[in-house]
Amino acid sequence: MQQNTSSEPIVSLRDVQKSFGPLKVLDGVSFAVDRGEVLAIIGRSGSGKSTALRCIDRFEKVDGGEIMVCGHRVDRPDVDLRALRQDVGIVFQSYNLFPHLTIEQNITLAPCAVKKMATGQAKELARKVLAQVGLEEKLHAYPEQLSGGQQQRAAIARSLAMQPKVMLFDEVTSALDPELTGEVLKVIEQLAADGMTMVMVTHEMGFAKSIADRIVFMHRGKVHESGPASILTSPTTPELRQFVGTGNLKS
Amino acid sequence: MGIQLDFPAVLERWPSFLGGAALTLELAALATMFGALLGTLAAVGRGTHNALIAGACKVYVETIRNTPLLVQIFLVYFGLASLGLKFSAFTVAVAALTINVGAYTAEIMRAGFEAIPRGQIEAAEGLALSRVQIYWHIILLPAVERVYPALTSQFVLLMLASSVCSQISAEELTAIANYIQSDTYRAFETYIIVAVLYVILSLVMRAGFWGLGLVLFPRRRRLGTPL
Ligand SMILES: Nc1ncnc2c1ncn2[C@@H]1O[C@H](COP(=O)(O)OP(=O)(O)OP(=O)(O)O)[C@@H](O)[C@H]1O
Ligand SMILES: [Mg+2]
Repeated sequence: MQQNTSSEPIVSLRDVQKSFGPLKVLDGVSFAVDRGEVLAIIGRSGSGKSTALRCIDRFEKVDGGEIMVCGHRVDRPDVDLRALRQDVGIVFQSYNLFPHLTIEQNITLAPCAVKKMATGQAKELARKVLAQVGLEEKLHAYPEQLSGGQQQRAAIARSLAMQPKVMLFDEVTSALDPELTGEVLKVIEQLAADGMTMVMVTHEMGFAKSIADRIVFMHRGKVHESGPASILTSPTTPELRQFVGTGNLKS
Repeated sequence: MGIQLDFPAVLERWPSFLGGAALTLELAALATMFGALLGTLAAVGRGTHNALIAGACKVYVETIRNTPLLVQIFLVYFGLASLGLKFSAFTVAVAALTINVGAYTAEIMRAGFEAIPRGQIEAAEGLALSRVQIYWHIILLPAVERVYPALTSQFVLLMLASSVCSQISAEELTAIANYIQSDTYRAFETYIIVAVLYVILSLVMRAGFWGLGLVLFPRRRRLGTPL
């Protein structure tokens, strides 16, 4: 396994190919994310954003190309999945908290089971990450007792407790009412300010523009246009122009 | 014509009745414990990607579910005997009932496993939990909670079905009743008492499972909502 120096990207995809049966979903996708960088992936529904994100954490196996994440060669069949996933945190649109466990138990489970952390220390950590997302008082609540926005913040806290080197977010606010979206975005904003490396798929164009260091616009399984957040205000390709022009650029 | 019932003649054998009832409960408790374990493993086995293991589990489950319990008991009883192995009728009964209830448990648990949302398993994988840890921490208890009423019924049914173990002279409640009625010539009274005792045993088991549920499912105990 390769040493991870600070000059090397945390995540890099090179010419990644992926098909579901006859459907080509990723057709030569390449991008890289440096340490402390926030990358936003945008694009129309079905353009392959989620698939690209899921390939990073190997929830999808690629057909070709190269994926390097924190020194792990993710495209190789012999990649150490559990080592990879200790370095990568992923948060889904549907929260996926474990319903039979309290918020505290949701958070302490992986540190205790995977990292063999002592219970007391893990509880301490749970308090800390919950404070980070503003949910200290929900330590002993069950997921169903929380609002959607609170559940999503708890899910983010659960990921943070594993102290990942990079966080992946897949449309984490899409299932939320507009008034609950803000509280989750604020948490992500704070993470960015704290220097967390992040890759996020989002439909919140205003948010992407304000937080992302770089934008990747996906179209038909390809990175159609990419660059700094300013490409959202002055797109060069007609597809991106049309995409941001169709009311996607809110706020 | 009138029915002449003479309960005192039968009731004076109460220590035998109690002994039989205790043995029935013991049989049921052991077979439930081992059967729950066997059935859960078979349900996990059916879900693995290893075709050999999955196939073997399927053959086990389908064979047991399509043959009569009494035949299964005889197969274990005479099978072990023909191998020259000598076990007590009680041991044979526990083994046969375990094999039987294990198959039904496997089917119920499989339904429970399938009810776990895919996303929760992905979330657990994303947290670097191993396959075994995911089954143990994420899948098992919520699956059991979802199918708990079905499991409870199945295990009570097993206790009632254990009466056919009288056929291999395990000294459980029905076998005891057979002795007593042939001794006292009071068949009707004997079986009335036996029926009442089975009802009591069923209630005891249901109460036990209710209590166990309180321990296993703290979320439900606190919130009272289904998963
Ligand atoms: N497991 C799968 N099996 C088959 N097809 C899939 C699978 N996952 C995704 N697809 C297909 O691949 C294409 C890209 O899907 P993907 O989820 O990556 O899109 P997306 O850009 O995230 O879209 P959205 O904005 O709607 O989430 C879609 O046509 C989708 O139907
Ligand atoms: Mg998607």
